[in-house]
Amino acid sequence: MLTKRIIPCLDVKDGRTVKGINFENLRDAGDPVELAAIYAKQGADELVFLDISATLEKRKTLAALVRNVAREINIPFTVGGGISTLEDVSVLLQSGADKVSINSAAVKTPSLIDELAKQFGSQCIVVAIDTRMHNNEPIVHTHGGTRPTSLNTIEWAKEAQSRGAGEILLTSMDHDGTKSGFACSLTATISSSLHIPVIASGGAGTMQHFADVFTIGNADAALAASIFHFKEIAIPELKRFLQHHNIPVRL
Amino acid sequence: MSKVVIIKYNAGNVQSVIYALNRLGIEPLLTDIPEEIQRADKVIFPGVGEAGTAMQYLAERKLDKLIRELTQPFLGICLGLQLMCEHSEEGNTTCLGVFPLKVKKFPDQNKVPQIGWNTLYDLRSPIFKNVAEYSHVYFVHSYYAECMDEFTISKTTYSLEYSSSIKKNNFYAVQFHPEKSSDVGSRIIENFLKYT
Repeated sequence: MLTKRIIPCLDVKDGRTVKGINFENLRDAGDPVELAAIYAKQGADELVFLDISATLEKRKTLAALVRNVAREINIPFTVGGGISTLEDVSVLLQSGADKVSINSAAVKTPSLIDELAKQFGSQCIVVAIDTRMHNNEPIVHTHGGTRPTSLNTIEWAKEAQSRGAGEILLTSMDHDGTKSGFACSLTATISSSLHIPVIASGGAGTMQHFADVFTIGNADAALAASIFHFKEIAIPELKRFLQHHNIPVRL
Repeated sequence: MSKVVIIKYNAGNVQSVIYALNRLGIEPLLTDIPEEIQRADKVIFPGVGEAGTAMQYLAERKLDKLIRELTQPFLGICLGLQLMCEHSEEGNTTCLGVFPLKVKKFPDQNKVPQIGWNTLYDLRSPIFKNVAEYSHVYFVHSYYAECMDEFTISKTTYSLEYSSSIKKNNFYAVQFHPEKSSDVGSRIIENFLKYT
């Protein structure tokens, strides 16, 4: 049986792991390659690296990081953060990334999804969506969740799928950093409207939150950062908890 | 040390396969030169991408004929497995025909592609030595090869039961990504190198 995936997310800046509370007040949580190896050993199913640096050397630093991670770890990983061209994607995949995630660039130029899917295959194209509620409507936000767009999140997820996205990474900005649980209702709506997998992100605080997002939210995978980095929840313990709740996991 | 060649063609992430072999202390040669492939002790045929495009690329370089005639242990991975079958529904493509199997698209009752960790069972090959029944390995695919007792050496269920690994003579193929399947995957690669 296909299992539900647990995905630690490592925000990296200038080659170091950081995690912002609501994307602010960055705190250093260590060396990304070392952290990745620890998570792989603990039973993480995949990893996501999100590059939040804005320097000119960013591309080179990120490709080097990808090579170092790919050399060391034997589970799949996705790389995201400011990816906007076919060339960016090509370099990252050739360096050993399994998937790339695109966010703002896809909103700005939706045909980028078609081009990437055609060139590299849907299976390695993750469309990341940052969403926030506005007057009871989920609205897509770009640029790290700071800029609202006019797009309805559910409609945009469907469009991303039809253009060739292989997965959707859905981050609820209303929940991110709050530790009050995932956006289960919106995740469920999007997951049931799509035939591609949905990774839920934002709001994990307890093990029960993960159980909820898999059962109520119908998510295929759940992503979290700080609760793993600061050892508030250990992955083996989380997986045993989920198994105990009859949620299929890899142990 | 045995000489391991990875067939170079226009398909996906070979770097991960190279790194997986490096972790086992092997330095593989990535090449599309026929003589180099023929001289190898073991051949690995990875692949991520679209069947029609990949077959066209192989045919243009006459690698299709070459692959069929190889006699050393050969391991196809993911799209590699599908290309070794007779026909794929993806782009209605005639494939290499090493296995007389049809490759079909998953029905849409579950999400397609299947992405993630699923189990292997009915293990029937030395490449699964010390791999427990129902071990988890990592899959990413929308198409699958049907089961046929003569060739199936592991099964997996996703919407339906299919061949997650197949074997015929010197040809082995796995639908999952051993290079991304943690310690289990690494053991399968090691077994292929050691026991075939």
